[in-house]
Amino acid sequence: MVSSYLVLVWAWTRAAMAYRASFALMVLLGSVITATDVAVILVIFANTTSLAGFSRDEALFLYGVAGVAFSLCDMFVSNLDRISQHIKAGTFDAMLIRPVSPWIQMATDRFMPSRIGRVLQAAVVLGYALAVLDLDPGRLWMLPVMIVSGIVIFASLWTLAAAAQFVLTDAPEVTNAFTYGSGQLTQYPFSAYGRDLVRGVTYVLPLAFVNWQPGLYVLDRADPFGTPGFMRFLGPAAAVVLALLAALAWRQGLRHYRSTGS
Amino acid sequence: MASQPEIRLRSRAAPADNPALPSAGPCTGSGTERHRAITIRRCATIPLYARLVRYGFRKHATYVWAALAGAFTNSVFGVLRAYVLIALWDARPGLAGYDVVHAVTFCFITQAFIGPMQLFGGGLTVPERIRSGDIALDLVRPASLQLWSMAEDLGRAGYLALARGIPPLLLGAALFGIVWPAGAGHWAAFLTAFAAGWAVSFAWRYLVALSVCWLVDDRGANAFSLVLTTPCSGMMVPLVLVPGPLGEVVRATPFAAMVQAPADVYMGTADVPRTLALQAFWAVALLALGALGTRAIRHKVVIQGG
Repeated sequence: MVSSYLVLVWAWTRAAMAYRASFALMVLLGSVITATDVAVILVIFANTTSLAGFSRDEALFLYGVAGVAFSLCDMFVSNLDRISQHIKAGTFDAMLIRPVSPWIQMATDRFMPSRIGRVLQAAVVLGYALAVLDLDPGRLWMLPVMIVSGIVIFASLWTLAAAAQFVLTDAPEVTNAFTYGSGQLTQYPFSAYGRDLVRGVTYVLPLAFVNWQPGLYVLDRADPFGTPGFMRFLGPAAAVVLALLAALAWRQGLRHYRSTGS
Repeated sequence: MASQPEIRLRSRAAPADNPALPSAGPCTGSGTERHRAITIRRCATIPLYARLVRYGFRKHATYVWAALAGAFTNSVFGVLRAYVLIALWDARPGLAGYDVVHAVTFCFITQAFIGPMQLFGGGLTVPERIRSGDIALDLVRPASLQLWSMAEDLGRAGYLALARGIPPLLLGAALFGIVWPAGAGHWAAFLTAFAAGWAVSFAWRYLVALSVCWLVDDRGANAFSLVLTTPCSGMMVPLVLVPGPLGEVVRATPFAAMVQAPADVYMGTADVPRTLALQAFWAVALLALGALGTRAIRHKVVIQGG
């Protein structure tokens, strides 16, 4: 499974590398585009020293963690959301009869290695935040845990979005609100958002476990919304539950898939 | 019996040929009877472009669900951005001459602009037609390619202003409360600024589209345009927050004329004549560049062999 994923990724990478200048330009422009998100954070903190109780460097830490997880998924999984195009064009039928899982074929479909620029950009921000913040080294073990569970959560979201497109072939853009919207949501400390919204993204859609709850532990901060301390460590559990739901939804979507017949 | 009057009517309604000229053969041309009739038709540009506007509108009106899905996504992003700006204005009340309600309004009006102003780029068929070679046909049509595209784009913008512009505003009003223009004069100023912003947006996207003629692939140019539009237009963060000389520069770009300028006119936080002048300057300058580019690609297409 992993090997077929890598083979397909390598095939698309070679295709992209055929135009080297274009590839280099796309890496550069991709990182500049995501850098505008950081620029916005910097502009905001140029006007204030603390946003919803968090300093600039703390906000950059939260941004960096979520950014690394999100951009890795954007690179390796987000091609799934092109599924409605394949359903409409009838090319999804061909994927079903090939001896590779359709999920892998979709995730690698037109894989864009140039998105590595976004990953690097987020990693640089995270590295900067770790360097300037005086964090307790005894809590840093949480960092890889939160990045991995973040990756699982975002990958599950994209899978859910793809599964939803089996039904929403006419308006696949709805799912962007959840996938890219989650990316936007996790860029800022959750204390900036309204209480009901934060409840929703904690107990319904577990986005709070990407960087907010575990991030509070790493930064050694109390939750302004007063959730109990054990919630800081629930990230992996939330990720596994969401992944199982996503797998179920994807299987249901495949099972109920009806070809357009074209 | 029944068909006879109809025939008579038709012959009466036929275009008045010029009896002073020699009668027209199969090849009508200058100096023949039919010539004037053809010239009249060629001058009928206003109805032609009006029809193109309507077609552009109807073409996009076909995809109702896609537009509503876009409106939904824009609204969600509006809510997320609004919370961040509310937190900022809570920390700094009255920052940059805006109140919290202005900051919230700014979020939703800029999200409402994404559809009609096509802020993520594209929206024109020109790049595809250049790649496929169909552009050769467009260039020999007795209508300007630029005006043709502009008319279609106006129809698109009109539809998306309704389908993707109004829902985010209504949601913003319901959730947080936003400011509305006071009085007819204010509405007129806003609609003018909105139209001018659209003109700048079209002129810019048309230039990006024409670049395909030289670059063959439009992805690079589109990404470049996105890099400039996203931060410099004000759709991420109000440009009034950008400090120092950088702020001055950013607020004078054509991208600011697409989003920041009409948003400020909407909220009544702008010096209206100055804002409209900035927008008019960019619209005229970029449209003129587009006209030059259209002339240039005529030659380019011939070189490529059409």
